[in-house]
Amino acid sequence: MGKTLAEKIWAEHIVRQADGEPDLLYIDLHLIHEVTSPQAFDGLRLTDRKVRRPDLTIATEDHNVPTLDILKPIADPVSKLQVDTLRANCKEFGVRLHSLGDLDQGVVHVVGPQLGITQPGMTIVCGDSHTSTHGAFGAIAFGIGTSEVEHVLATQTLPSTRPKTMAINVEGTLKPGVTSKDIILAIIAKIGTGGGQGYIIEYRGSAIRALSMESRMTVCNMSIEAGARAGLIAPDETTFAYIKGKPHAPENWDEALAYWKTLYTDSDAKFDVEVDLNADDLEPFVTWGTNPGQGLPLNASVPNPADFADSSERTAAERALEYMGLTAGTPLKEIAIDTVFLGSCTNGRIEDLRSAAEVVKGKKIAPTLRMLVVPGSARVRLQAEAEGLDKVFIDAGAEWRNAGCSMCLGMNPDQLAVGERSASTSNRNFEGRQGKGGRTHLVSPLVAAATALRGKLSSPADL
Amino acid sequence: MEKFIKHTGTGVPLRRSNVDTDQIIPAVYLKRVTRSGFEDGLFAAWRNDPEFVLNKDEYKSGTVLLAGADFGTGSSREHAVWALQNYGFKVVISSRFADIFRGNSLKGGLLTVILPQADVEAMWAAVEADPSTAITVDLESRTVSYGSISHPFAIDDYTRWRLMEGLDDIGLTLKQTDSIDAFEEKRASHKPATLPIRS
Repeated sequence: MGKTLAEKIWAEHIVRQADGEPDLLYIDLHLIHEVTSPQAFDGLRLTDRKVRRPDLTIATEDHNVPTLDILKPIADPVSKLQVDTLRANCKEFGVRLHSLGDLDQGVVHVVGPQLGITQPGMTIVCGDSHTSTHGAFGAIAFGIGTSEVEHVLATQTLPSTRPKTMAINVEGTLKPGVTSKDIILAIIAKIGTGGGQGYIIEYRGSAIRALSMESRMTVCNMSIEAGARAGLIAPDETTFAYIKGKPHAPENWDEALAYWKTLYTDSDAKFDVEVDLNADDLEPFVTWGTNPGQGLPLNASVPNPADFADSSERTAAERALEYMGLTAGTPLKEIAIDTVFLGSCTNGRIEDLRSAAEVVKGKKIAPTLRMLVVPGSARVRLQAEAEGLDKVFIDAGAEWRNAGCSMCLGMNPDQLAVGERSASTSNRNFEGRQGKGGRTHLVSPLVAAATALRGKLSSPADL
Repeated sequence: MEKFIKHTGTGVPLRRSNVDTDQIIPAVYLKRVTRSGFEDGLFAAWRNDPEFVLNKDEYKSGTVLLAGADFGTGSSREHAVWALQNYGFKVVISSRFADIFRGNSLKGGLLTVILPQADVEAMWAAVEADPSTAITVDLESRTVSYGSISHPFAIDDYTRWRLMEGLDDIGLTLKQTDSIDAFEEKRASHKPATLPIRS
């Protein structure tokens, strides 16, 4: 019987296999940032261990860096200590670091692909659950904890048990105004936040193949919101064209390409589970609750908890509506928004900024809200500025910021106030995620832009 | 890592599902560069509520957290495990854990036990009826018991052995350095490297 793509890549990275033990998996690339690494480097020092492969390791500053005044010392002393600690650790252990002010500083999952270091057939880890983003290139990429970060630093391997395989087949054609963000939000609503637990998801089907590389990254990015540590897409001409010309694209291109072309699921391979989604029917999707599975098409209304058959879902919905300050039956399009956040590893790439800019161009955002535009990396910011997108956003009344994770998780000063409501292109609508007491609706960049103009949750078709 | 063989303590019923890592410890508490002191961030958003279970006197000395389904979803922050451990929890029981959280917990010596939802609900009821109910989690026999009730639970042999011996994964892997060297010898030359820097 043939193998799935995930099984092929996994098998190629097994350093050692023994009965009753997890596989020892080789890691091709280790991405580092300031939040989940300090205790790992400390562990190396305590045991007198070195970084085995600094040349397969790269670090950047993203989670708690400010997006204003980036060349001044960081005002928050605790954030500053964490960033300074990363700088000292990278220097001591010989790890490449892209610091604030550097062209390749930015959200770690934007930086890898833009450098061309993320390539098909790799194993990639990072102390961040959105490492699944890199799966868009046909790689097995997953988030790890700090103990595992230390393990990879010391050994370039990770003892791991191979997850089961799940295929999510998305066939059909997206309507105009419907994006890859809507695909993944619809998938999570369908299979639930635990639906992918224990699986590597392979996204397949004509609607996935039709997506650009950056849109594919958005899909894979939120695999973890469906419970799957990793999600991937078989590489194709779209993938190869994206990598070509990037700084770290292979020098022996033909050899790499020949290998990449072997990376697909065999026609006689069998997935442990298959899920189907029809792209033709999809509408722009938004979340109404406090987990990413609590989503509905934008044309729907806030659900009534009493309509949930499952008692724990009903309780969760009641709690979510209370936290979100919403009443069952309210049309989602009538929900007024205070802050629009465009950015993050989910939707902070150049295509996301372009599509949102297209909507707001020549118009003004609603006077009742603020809009933060935070490019995913310094390189994305410069590209956007070269295209004049910064002017489009500023003229519309939005704030144009420097790169970082920013309001996605509110570790830096970019936070929601208590009770403030956002439409956010990020990945998590958990209670307090964007600031204590803040209320988050997850949306696509198109919905974010239209919402900024209308002041209430909207798609461009509503303008 | 401290060995885990058997633990007896009282339970804390957390009747919520989908408790994500932002609830276990919000991001603003992740700025420390040490592994200790995270207990103040544990369930921070809920700790102001006097009705929250951890604020009730009868549950203050609990060491076994009885959680709803899908505990630990969200981010990979191991700080969530540290916060639970720093606070004093030794075991978390739930019908379903998020993968990364579960991996982190078992690496760090916080035992996460999966029981069917009906059994978790029965434990909620038992502990709420009598908060002093002693719960014994025995890794050797793979059972959770309280009163006259005993539930078996599954955990793979390797993880159980590592926890019972208190072994550190890195030390175990470093014994395989020859295999890692051999693997690297055969690694394809077209695979990317981060150094030297190319622009």
